[in-house]
Amino acid sequence: METWWRALTFTLGYNTSLVTIGSMLLGAAGGMIGSFVLLRKRSLVSDAISHATLPGLALAFILAGLWQGDGRWLPGLLLGAALSAAVGLWAVQTISARTRLGEDAAIGAVLSSFFAFGVVLITVIQSMQVTGQAGLTGYLVGATAGMLASEAQLIALCALGLLLAIFVLRRDFLLVCFDAEFARTQGVSTGRVDLLMLLLLMAVVVIGLKVTGLILIVALAIIPPVTARFWTDRPLRMVALAALLGAAAGYLGVTLSSVQEGLPTGPLVVLASFSLFMASFLFSPWRGVLATLLAYQRFRRRVHLRQGLLALAREEPIFDNLTLKLLRRQGYIRRDGVATLPGQAAARDAEHEERLWSLYRERHPDDALQQEHSGLTPIARVLSPDAIMALEAQLPPRPEGGR
Amino acid sequence: MNRAAWVSEEVAASPLAVQGLTVSYDHRPVVYSVDFVTPPGSMTAIVGPNGAGKSTLLKAAMGITRRLTGDVRVFGRPIEEMSRHIAYVPQRNSIDWDFPATVIDVVAMGLFRNLRWWQFTRRRHREQAMESLARVGMEAFAERQIGQLSGGQQQRVFLARALTQEAELTILDEPFAGVDAATEKAIVEVLKRLREEGRTLLCVHHDLATVRDYFDHVLLLNVRRIAAGPVEEVFTERNLQATYGGRLSTVQLTRLVGDPVAAAQRSE
Repeated sequence: METWWRALTFTLGYNTSLVTIGSMLLGAAGGMIGSFVLLRKRSLVSDAISHATLPGLALAFILAGLWQGDGRWLPGLLLGAALSAAVGLWAVQTISARTRLGEDAAIGAVLSSFFAFGVVLITVIQSMQVTGQAGLTGYLVGATAGMLASEAQLIALCALGLLLAIFVLRRDFLLVCFDAEFARTQGVSTGRVDLLMLLLLMAVVVIGLKVTGLILIVALAIIPPVTARFWTDRPLRMVALAALLGAAAGYLGVTLSSVQEGLPTGPLVVLASFSLFMASFLFSPWRGVLATLLAYQRFRRRVHLRQGLLALAREEPIFDNLTLKLLRRQGYIRRDGVATLPGQAAARDAEHEERLWSLYRERHPDDALQQEHSGLTPIARVLSPDAIMALEAQLPPRPEGGR
Repeated sequence: MNRAAWVSEEVAASPLAVQGLTVSYDHRPVVYSVDFVTPPGSMTAIVGPNGAGKSTLLKAAMGITRRLTGDVRVFGRPIEEMSRHIAYVPQRNSIDWDFPATVIDVVAMGLFRNLRWWQFTRRRHREQAMESLARVGMEAFAERQIGQLSGGQQQRVFLARALTQEAELTILDEPFAGVDAATEKAIVEVLKRLREEGRTLLCVHHDLATVRDYFDHVLLLNVRRIAAGPVEEVFTERNLQATYGGRLSTVQLTRLVGDPVAAAQRSE
């Protein structure tokens, strides 16, 4: 616990702090580019990219191992990973553009065959006489413990550069995500913007390999944007929020993994991200499950109560149990179903308002379309007192039998 | 041949002129060798049966769809250099309505060409967007997520985005499809006011009954150009019959272009 606190407050040493900052920047970049990719409905592409890094990673390891006896050379490994991810990306694009297969099928095919090839290469490595083989598993599930300062610096710098690039391109990305046809009429080359988007995604994946590992890095680009969506309806705010959430997940995950030797970073980052998602999913006041449920119940009650009152006013029988219960609880009817005095007054008001609304809709159909009313909104909240007076003057006399 | 050779004075004055435009899907031309010069300051309807290539013609002209052949000019210059002069209102079904965007966000997208990457949307941009919203009578909905609007309201929002662009030419793809009568009236009002300001409107339109009321020029299209010009001259029974290939009944035609006998008497 104390170690974790020291990691959280950046007092666990230079290396750990550097790694934490690098992971936060990476999380932010992943959240940002992930938002755009999500809005472009291509989130699964990141899965294909990440799995396609494995053969390149392994090949780079073999080459570096043959060259200098130790395969662990981060820039070389990242370059290898990037090259094979690019080939994978190209394969996905070509398959979905040139054949009748959809992008999802292309992703499935590319993802599994590249990963399979990578696994074969790893078994080859295990039979070779090179050191640093243990370091390679770190790329599968992520390992920040024992990361060199130079490696952490490389990750942090690259992530910073990516953040800047995404910021510069944010409006083009947004336009293409929302309305690609309109973007073209604005002189935006959608093909180029899409390519840039995927290249930036690829860069995030490759740089994040060491931190979260290639199996879990997808989560970095998907969970934070989805979480952010629970909190806002505005596009660039969602992107900014996803960046914050991604950074928070990186921060929590990396610091947690420094508590004990051997704790894998990737799963912890993803779990931290997932906790944030669950909290938003349940408790977001706008789109969260609880809020939606509560709002639905409230609305249902209002409709029941209103219909009950109208039925009272029109002296129709009420059979619905919930309606009866609500009317009773409000003191509008007695136990035997007969309307009380306040109940009669409320029923008259409800009926009066209903008649005003229908008159308004009849006299001003154009305005009525503009107004937001579900038949439940009090008319005084929508119309001015003068307008209501004018309507009341026009109300036809009540039909026989009304009160 | 020098491609610019066809740029006459008429073409140089037109906000959108196309020549020899052909678009094909799998060796089947959907728009074939169409020449058309949009008269400046006009309100032109593109009319034709389903599958006549009306939307495709416009999309190809704007570079949304690839064109096989053809040259497109805006005020005599290649359209690629002139895209800021054109505003486009797409068909509603091409939009993801669950997108995290409020009405004001969508309208502000019309400012895309005015904003550089280091700039943020400021109050002045917001006000500009609000002004456009007010012109279509939607300013009360600025903070609403776009999926919570009715079809007609959504259409107005996209019209407001086009207004924000302050373009010389506004291209609309079936703006009245699936909207209520009140919205249709409101949109027509806005479009007519734009024309009074001297702007040009080009509109794919499918309701033959309102062509005469709303538009002053018409392009009759069925893969090929059938006829184009002022509505009174071109919107005739013969041309419509040629456009729709006999798919219109005599009763329909009479209702649209008027009883030929009565029309002849009127003109005397």
